[in-house]
Amino acid sequence: MTDNYEVRDVIDKETLSTVKSVGDTYKYGFSTDIETEYAPLGLNEDIVKLISKKNNEPKWMLDWRLKAFNRWKKLKQPDWALLKIPEIDFQDQYYYARPANMKEKPKSLDEVDPKLLETYSKLGIPLTEQKKLAGVIEENPEDKSENRRVAVDAVFDSVSVGTTFKEELKSAGVIFCSISEAIKEYPDLVKKYLGSVVPISDNFFACLNAAVFSDGSFVYIPKGVRCPMELSTYFRINAENTGQFERTLIIADDNSYVSYLEGCTAPQRDESQLHAAVVELVILDEAEIKYSTVQNWFPGDENGVGGIYNFVTKRADCRGRNSKVMWTQVETGSAITWKYPSCVLKGDNSSGEFYSIAITNNMQQADTGTKMIHLGKNTNSRIVSKGISAGKAQNTYRGLVQIGGRSQNSRNFTQCDSLLIGNKCGAHTVPYIEVNNSSARAEHEATTSKVDEDQLFYCMQRGIGEEDAVALIVNGFCKEVLQALPMEFAMEAQKLVAISLEGSVG
Amino acid sequence: MLNIDDLKVSLEEEEKQIIKGLSLSIKPGEVHAIMGPNGSGKSTLSSVLAGKDGYIIDNGTVNFDGSDLLEAEVEERAALGIFMAFQYPIEIPGVGNMNFLRTALNSQRKTRGQEELNAADFLKLVRGIAKDLEISDEMMKRPVNVGASGGEKKRNEILQMCLLEPRFVILDETDSGLDVDAMKLVSRGVNNFSSSSRSFLVITHYQRLLNYIVPDFVHIMVDGRIVKTGDKTLALHVEETGYKDFLQLGKGKH
Repeated sequence: MTDNYEVRDVIDKETLSTVKSVGDTYKYGFSTDIETEYAPLGLNEDIVKLISKKNNEPKWMLDWRLKAFNRWKKLKQPDWALLKIPEIDFQDQYYYARPANMKEKPKSLDEVDPKLLETYSKLGIPLTEQKKLAGVIEENPEDKSENRRVAVDAVFDSVSVGTTFKEELKSAGVIFCSISEAIKEYPDLVKKYLGSVVPISDNFFACLNAAVFSDGSFVYIPKGVRCPMELSTYFRINAENTGQFERTLIIADDNSYVSYLEGCTAPQRDESQLHAAVVELVILDEAEIKYSTVQNWFPGDENGVGGIYNFVTKRADCRGRNSKVMWTQVETGSAITWKYPSCVLKGDNSSGEFYSIAITNNMQQADTGTKMIHLGKNTNSRIVSKGISAGKAQNTYRGLVQIGGRSQNSRNFTQCDSLLIGNKCGAHTVPYIEVNNSSARAEHEATTSKVDEDQLFYCMQRGIGEEDAVALIVNGFCKEVLQALPMEFAMEAQKLVAISLEGSVG
Repeated sequence: MLNIDDLKVSLEEEEKQIIKGLSLSIKPGEVHAIMGPNGSGKSTLSSVLAGKDGYIIDNGTVNFDGSDLLEAEVEERAALGIFMAFQYPIEIPGVGNMNFLRTALNSQRKTRGQEELNAADFLKLVRGIAKDLEISDEMMKRPVNVGASGGEKKRNEILQMCLLEPRFVILDETDSGLDVDAMKLVSRGVNNFSSSSRSFLVITHYQRLLNYIVPDFVHIMVDGRIVKTGDKTLALHVEETGYKDFLQLGKGKH
């Protein structure tokens, strides 16, 4: 197997056979039967203190949390998005849950509860250093060129249960650990950068996160280092009626590079669950971060019962000259998605890219997009958004492109395509473009189309069944974005695209 | 192989009958041509045989190798061995040609209960066919029909035919938009593919394609009916005098 298209070809075959073999639409809906320790129900100052204490945090961290909590009490939940959000009782849920036997964090992966290891292996995330992520070996045995390894930080409910390849990364100078560990081990780095991209009171959900975040991942790539492998975090919500609030902080120092992957799943439950994460990326001179997400939280059933409310703040700060960031997201899950991974292009010649696939089926709602804030000179941004709606779902692209007065010769290109399947769903495009500079240029292209009857007929005349034909056409529609993903994720994402559209035709 | 008996077909959207009582019998190994003026119902016939939505069968039966064709789904007809080369091949952005071909082939094999073809065998097979039809590697890597010229699209249809190995092929105005060289290339592909067990239904407006793909029977279709059947000389007659002699035949049956 040499040519790229041949490799992809194998993947697509996999995609189609997976669609056939997966009877249940959401295959990650199982839950792990494990003794779980909860903080008392509801949210108050004591809960914030309790979370801090469980993590053995220093006082400065607790003070930071309390400051956030006091700000949060004064904030109101935003209502500007094109979403119908049922009222959330923030006092009627748990803010901390961890497997009871994780009281003492295991020192190595050998000490992790086998039940947890089994959970991750069921999810296709083996927490051993011999294996690669997401079954790459099994699916593509002929492919020797992609012999890459991926380090994983596994977050289960409120705690990180283990991080792989830690030692090997350390010898390259890379720090990859849970954020609770980083607070204790690398306080100077955390103090310097935490909240510097997404300030405490940035928005309602980010502020809530700052008060109650329990764990998450921390990455530091030192000057001049190209991270020797992909890093990833896999988030799993297991406990009932519990919110997950994780916080990720990644710092790419001068001339460094890292590719980071994030995956998420949750059990199938009737109750909706809240997920309010914050991701901060700091990119210094000549450095680059690629951040890819495949979000597959439980979307609720076809009547809209249950599912995750995904209210996430993600922002990259391109502080350095020639710094680069690329966000790629595949959003197939969640009952409600509210998410705008953003790029602040401060450094001269810095660039930000945003590639997104958002699929909504049945009763799902998504209001997602990006913000490109151009501050430095000669900055570049590119937005490619593909929204797909099926069933009775509503899908909104919301994007801001802002080019400041001092951002000379800056450029933005936005391409925003929507695809409709059936006639009960909706697609909306809400672009905001603010240009305060005559040398800047912003381009916006938008299309809305339906899955074409002629394309379907053509595929079916060649022998391809209707659902497979839809999956094929939609994967084609998304191709630009799928190609932006690392190989492992591209495969997973193609399957997801097919699975999440099951039952959308006929 | 194919038996059409007193077929009457209307458009779903408007109450308008397009095919008004058509009977046709095609045996294995035969090449039948249907010629007719615009609007005579030629393309409707090919769409109905392939199973396209939007038509109502008012009357008649279509039997293919003993089974009721009109009851089968589009993809089932394909797996039974019915192939239609489109007059206007459809573009599918983002879907690579190779991926499309392999998905189609393996879907059919699966429906027929055969084992799927592995990547290596598939590539060998498809590359051989592409070479015969002078289709470049570059073209094979492109998304299905996107950015292809009229001639390239038609060659791509023939490539799909050769790969899927159907037993009954409908060529729907395959000559439209082709220059002489492209028509020769396409015809060569078809002729190499023909055998004593395969049948063709060639739908065309002009006679010239029939110089290269020589029919056993020529049917003239006017206003939803076959008004005259003959051998290949009938096509030459049409070429000389046009359809005006036959228009009267069509009207006479009202």
